[in-house]
Amino acid sequence: MPWGEFKDTAAERRLFQRRTLVALAFVLLMLGGLLARMYQLQIVEHQTYITLSDKNRVQVQSVPPTRGLIYDRNGELLAENRPVFSVTIVPERVPAIDDTLASLARLIDVSEEELERFERRLREPRRPYQELPLRYDLTEEDIAALAVHRHELPGVEVSAELVRYYPYGEITSHALGYVGRINREELQTIDSVNYAGTNYIGKSGIERFYEAQLHGQVGYQHVETNARGRTLRVLARENPVPGEDLRLHLDLRMQRLAYSLLDGRRGAIVAMEPETGGLLALASVPGFDANLFVTGISVAAYRELSTSHDKPLFNRALRGQYPPGSTIKPMMAVAALDSGVTTRERQVWDPGYFQLQAGGRRYRDWKRGGHGWVDLTLSMAQSCDIYYYDAAVRMGVDTMYQYLHEFGFGDDTSLDVSGALSGLLPSRDWKQAVRNEPWYPGDSVNMGIGQGFMLSTPLQLAAATAVIANRGHWAQPRLLMGVDGDLSLEEVLPPETRTDIVLKNQDDWEFVIDSMAEVMHGRRGTARRAAEGAPYRMAGKTGTAQVFSLAQDEEYDAEEVRERLRDHALFVGFAPLDDPKIAVAVIVENGGGGSSTAAPVARAMFDAWLLGFPEDIDNVEVEPVRVEGE
Amino acid sequence: MRASGFLSPTPDRGFTRQKSIWSVLHLDPILLLLLFLLVGGGMFVLYSGADRNLEMLKAQGIRMAVAFAVMLVFAQLDPSVYRRWAPWLYLIGLGALIAVLLVGVGAKGAQRWLALPGLPRFQPSELMKLVVPIMAAWFLSRHYIPPRLTHVAVALAIVLVPMALIIKQPDLGTALLVGTAGLFVVFFAGISWKLIAAFVGMVSVAAPMMWFFVMRDYQKQRVLTLLDPQSDPLGAGWNIIQSKTAIGSGGWSGKGWLQGTQSHLEFLPESHTDFIVAVLAEEFGFVGMLALLGLYLLILFRCMYIAVNAQDSFGRLVAGALTMTFFIYIFVNIGMVSGLLPVVGVPLPLISYGGTSSVTLLAAFGVLMSIQTHRRMIGA
Repeated sequence: MPWGEFKDTAAERRLFQRRTLVALAFVLLMLGGLLARMYQLQIVEHQTYITLSDKNRVQVQSVPPTRGLIYDRNGELLAENRPVFSVTIVPERVPAIDDTLASLARLIDVSEEELERFERRLREPRRPYQELPLRYDLTEEDIAALAVHRHELPGVEVSAELVRYYPYGEITSHALGYVGRINREELQTIDSVNYAGTNYIGKSGIERFYEAQLHGQVGYQHVETNARGRTLRVLARENPVPGEDLRLHLDLRMQRLAYSLLDGRRGAIVAMEPETGGLLALASVPGFDANLFVTGISVAAYRELSTSHDKPLFNRALRGQYPPGSTIKPMMAVAALDSGVTTRERQVWDPGYFQLQAGGRRYRDWKRGGHGWVDLTLSMAQSCDIYYYDAAVRMGVDTMYQYLHEFGFGDDTSLDVSGALSGLLPSRDWKQAVRNEPWYPGDSVNMGIGQGFMLSTPLQLAAATAVIANRGHWAQPRLLMGVDGDLSLEEVLPPETRTDIVLKNQDDWEFVIDSMAEVMHGRRGTARRAAEGAPYRMAGKTGTAQVFSLAQDEEYDAEEVRERLRDHALFVGFAPLDDPKIAVAVIVENGGGGSSTAAPVARAMFDAWLLGFPEDIDNVEVEPVRVEGE
Repeated sequence: MRASGFLSPTPDRGFTRQKSIWSVLHLDPILLLLLFLLVGGGMFVLYSGADRNLEMLKAQGIRMAVAFAVMLVFAQLDPSVYRRWAPWLYLIGLGALIAVLLVGVGAKGAQRWLALPGLPRFQPSELMKLVVPIMAAWFLSRHYIPPRLTHVAVALAIVLVPMALIIKQPDLGTALLVGTAGLFVVFFAGISWKLIAAFVGMVSVAAPMMWFFVMRDYQKQRVLTLLDPQSDPLGAGWNIIQSKTAIGSGGWSGKGWLQGTQSHLEFLPESHTDFIVAVLAEEFGFVGMLALLGLYLLILFRCMYIAVNAQDSFGRLVAGALTMTFFIYIFVNIGMVSGLLPVVGVPLPLISYGGTSSVTLLAAFGVLMSIQTHRRMIGA
């Protein structure tokens, strides 16, 4: 302030005081404004923001139920749940998905395929805030590497997940089926609430059939998460209801034995307990490691499995539809006796061929020169075709159809075997509809020995054989023996639909069974070599199914062609004779003769079940027996 | 003039009375108490905002101790010292601001710091929050009050030149505070309301011009975000949405100390620095905000009392302008956090984590205390 200049200090002070009052008013006004703003946010709109804040921090997470376990009849664990660590990403929480994937790829190995699969899942419709798996089965090192860098990777979690594991992978694959990731089609059909936290669903077999029981009920938890999506604590929880544990009729030892009996071959064994219909073994060889399918099989591995000439993915026991060949003869014999076209004593002259009329086409017997005079028992023991040509023509297609249908042919009679096929039981109508041709008597001739149009699965053959073993009583094939949980077996298992076969003379069952025993124990029985030395009596029937051609689009070398043009060997039978404990159907593809190849396999199954299991169950081999013709 | 005034620096108390400890220390006890309350309470909030980080709390405590020491030093200096030094400080400040633009260091695309050899790193723009009002007050108090138009023009130039240099860094928040500090000097000096109206009119014309020619993209984004935070809820709008959610979810009495989910679960960004008031609002609710604003208001009252009772125009203008700067801090910060104003980097005074602003603020309170406690027997 320049001295000497006059200043009215009092006026200056008054001016300042006025200005200060204005400033004070301004300050009060503005602070009042802030307070009003606070009032608006904190009091008036409080509810909105408390909701927002809770929505921020509280996430409702579904807690998937633990999938029920599957045991065999002796309590051996066949399907369990194993913790697997995987790295998952919640795309909604990731700022830049490409950067995150790139950083993850630097930390852990992520294959091209896994990346592609992840990106495919990313594009597919999915639940918001769902964790998408990127890689499974993390190693300890992977988990450590991710833990160190977790703060740099928002939205990325290492999660432990219980994943289905089949300890006997290949051996039980076709009997149990497998679970796999829920795919897009399944996503549209499943109960989206109950499956909110579930990533796996039964794809085939038992896993598929009892999906509802095995899955259980979803639970929920309210968890507090931070801004980066990490779960901090559980606020409330409703526990899931775990899936029911299932006990199957399956006997793991029988299953292993069946698998090893066919090891190195292609074929199927179905072993049934006639009394209950319980399936003791359901083997289709070769199998595949079902564990590969659980978390998603690689394209290369899948291609290898699906293009293999041995068709390991093909469940021969349920879906292999073969001409039953001579194994149909016991059922034909029952039909012929009951329909009255033949009697126990009636004999047929077998010159080695059969003609519908003199000079007509000759339907040959397998034995050149024929068997001479043949009654029913001998026709069974020797598998005489002429006898059944004759009976078939006498019965006609309608009668045959009626009886064979009662034995379950042309139908899937199984109660809980997912994916079983019905084979083909031809009829007049069928031929007219499909072939647009009338039924010729020649068709009946072929049908009499299980050739021609007729197709059946090993499961159907086993079931029909069990009906004979039960003297007409139907025990439909089933896998489920019991449920360990709140549910009773009756609630879970579908009801039986079959009615028993009652013959005009119920003694005919014994007669046919005795004839089948002749196959095994008779002096001229085709499978007598396979039954040699058995301390129990058994019934059986051998069969051969001709292979006519190979699929044209497949390539085989000459050696393979020779091998693959050999007949399929079949055998059905049960034991012991008077109180049947086991019925089996065996097919060995391109195995040659049923008596030489298939019957010894069945004998080994009988022995194991009735006499005790061999020491080294997984390495049992049966020598093919040498038999002349059948 | 009373003779006793020459002997006693506190003429209102009379020379016969014992000099109080406060007049010896040149501190204003009421203001000091209020500041202690504010800083002490702020530490509680900071402990929560920094997610119970004791290290950070310790660091802040040390900074506050330093800042109070600076206040003590500034309080000892006679107001005449500030007046005498004003032009020189101003020139040094301008030089430093230019130096910042040339050789400054910084981060995130802004050069704000000066690291001169032999001196601690410092932010010249912070210094200018004090120097600009002092310089403007020095200039205007030399002339007639209310000032003539030419003097107003010069005073505006004194304010606008450093402001422009700071905008150039760019540091809009500090420029705003420096500018308002200077402009309040002009206001308190008593320029006519016509001029004020004209100035307001000019600003409202200039604002759109600023938009097109001065403001950077990120600054424009902040304004757009303010207008519609939902337009980019995960990007620029995130801060505002989350801080409003934090404040609003506090309700009447809040979620309780250390119980704020928005801040502790990391939804609220900058919860220990610029957005700390949201932590307070969330954990202590409307009641807490009432207490905070009440405390701030008491401080402002006391400061205005000091300003009104200052002995000369220079003291009045400086005290008034510094008081209003403090208020602008409060308003801009809380306005920004509650979504009334665009996001500018202005901390909540004396509570936000960080040393620079606290030192500047307490230095300003030191100046205020100096004005209050150094009295000469001049004027009435």
